[in-house]
Amino acid sequence: VIERVCVVGAGTIGSLCAAHLSRVAEVAVLARRPEQAAAIERDGLRISGKSEFVARLHATDDPAQLPPADLVIIATKAHAVDAAAARLAGRFPGAAVMTIQNGLGTEEVVRRHGDWPIVSAVTFMSGTRRSDAHVEYELDTATWMGPYAGTGTPFELVQEIDELFRRSGLHSEALRDLLPAQWSKVIFNATVNAVAALTDLPHNRLFAERNDPADLGHLVHGLVEEGKRIAAAAGVRLRDDPWEMNVRAVTRGETGMSDYAHVPSMLEDVRHRQRTEVDFISGALVREAERCGVEAPLHTALWRLVRALERSWELSPAQEPS
Amino acid sequence: VRICIVGCGAVGSLFAATLAQLDDVEVWAFDANRAHVDAINASGLRLSGADDVLGWPRATSVADELPACDFGIVATKAMHTGAAVTATAHAFADGCVASVQNGIGNEEEIAAHVARVIRGTTFPAGRLLAPGHVQWDVKGDTTLGPFEPSPAPLAEIERLAAACTRAGMPTHAVADARGPQWRKVIFNAATNPVGAITGLTHGRVCEDPALRRLVSSLVDEGKAVAAAQGIELDADPEELIDHAARPDVAYDHKASMLQDVEAGRATEIDFLNGGIARFGRELGVPTPLNDAIRALVKGIERSWAQPR
Repeated sequence: VIERVCVVGAGTIGSLCAAHLSRVAEVAVLARRPEQAAAIERDGLRISGKSEFVARLHATDDPAQLPPADLVIIATKAHAVDAAAARLAGRFPGAAVMTIQNGLGTEEVVRRHGDWPIVSAVTFMSGTRRSDAHVEYELDTATWMGPYAGTGTPFELVQEIDELFRRSGLHSEALRDLLPAQWSKVIFNATVNAVAALTDLPHNRLFAERNDPADLGHLVHGLVEEGKRIAAAAGVRLRDDPWEMNVRAVTRGETGMSDYAHVPSMLEDVRHRQRTEVDFISGALVREAERCGVEAPLHTALWRLVRALERSWELSPAQEPS
Repeated sequence: VRICIVGCGAVGSLFAATLAQLDDVEVWAFDANRAHVDAINASGLRLSGADDVLGWPRATSVADELPACDFGIVATKAMHTGAAVTATAHAFADGCVASVQNGIGNEEEIAAHVARVIRGTTFPAGRLLAPGHVQWDVKGDTTLGPFEPSPAPLAEIERLAAACTRAGMPTHAVADARGPQWRKVIFNAATNPVGAITGLTHGRVCEDPALRRLVSSLVDEGKAVAAAQGIELDADPEELIDHAARPDVAYDHKASMLQDVEAGRATEIDFLNGGIARFGRELGVPTPLNDAIRALVKGIERSWAQPR
């Protein structure tokens, strides 16, 4: 029975998980920055938007201070998983570790640091961090989870985590095979996030527009088709069609707000000139294409462009548009 | 000889200021930017950088003030060709008009209003620093030739080329100017939008091996479209790209499209990658990467209208 949870990383997703789960379990948060851990200890973790409450929980920046746990959720950015898992090495015997990053490949990174049973998860919920101890919960969409293939994680364990998520007020679904869902999402993210990051457009109706040859929807559709060819070559059957996910997200408006357009995390990173997760999203897809011997010219192009954009900040940190 | 520069931005100013050095040439500069026009008339047109020049063309924003001219040199942004030439066509009733603009399709637009048209391509580059003052970043050659459907006589083209060359803007008159034009449009379409999307100067784009490969893929699509029309490029755009990346050439040059994006101005993407894609569609040559790059830059332009 899962009674104690440790959440590693107190960004948007980590905070949303930790705060909600604290309503049904003992939760401790491992934050990277001591100031943030102190703020959460002092003020609690405030959630507004789709849920409104303040969670009281234990937070620290020192892994040695963490109490034992039955479940560890690693909710850092994809490129920070390696360092985060290294801090957990040798700890939490008997616990399960769940990864919840964008993209592909973080489970393997975790496995290098310990023999915990691993649960894979992808999440569609989103929000905005207002401060170190306050997150605005914007999209209360589902988190999908499943046993990470090859680590012998029992499905019953995943069902138990799913049950815990639901009781805490989060939306989730346990899947025996997560790959179809994970791939649907990575193709969706590699497409929508990269286009948003490069154009400074939030995920809006333009992403589905295909009238004039120069309309953005053609590019989005081309990226999705290329992603589907890679999935097929990798032997993965997709759970949802990423193009339909795109159309649904921009036409219905999952928030119910008609003119709402979600700012994908990669665009959020670009606007703050922070390193993006593109290597684990577009990069992961391109690596899979190479492994399977199929071409991925469009995703390769967008991957290179986002990397170059990141590089431009290092070259001219103070340069602002005139 | 009386020459009118239509569109006196960075490139137009290079022609206007240098040609105005010649005793036997009278230069007029037509531009919509009143502050620039007033500054030129008050203090002259100053170039600095690759060369320092002070020229005194007669500048105006009023097309009716233009006298009859022997030559026009159109140097507006490609999307302003139609409006600029419609306004000034009366001055070229007996003259010849050359385009030295970026992209594909400008001569067609000029020929809708003027009988004798010159297909042109120019490599010098710069940027407007202040009204009346242009930074000359890069020197380079200009090629002029007849626009096939409405050609100017070769003798006239040679006369204009000779004047430009004497003024310090080396210019060649040729029978078929499509090769240099496609070499340049392929160069521009492969590099300018990459700089505009990433914020990198030309040299920075080229020194990133992964990005340089993307540039080459864009070049390959352009070459295929040129080849399908029977156009022989006068040189390999790849060489031009590597040459421009040298520290002593254009390493630090911000492509005009990057300048446009930073200023929130409409870009020439439709006449560069859009032009290559349009010819590609007509000829049955696929151009998926040029299409993708064009969609991204159009997306950037659309982002400026988004509420935040």
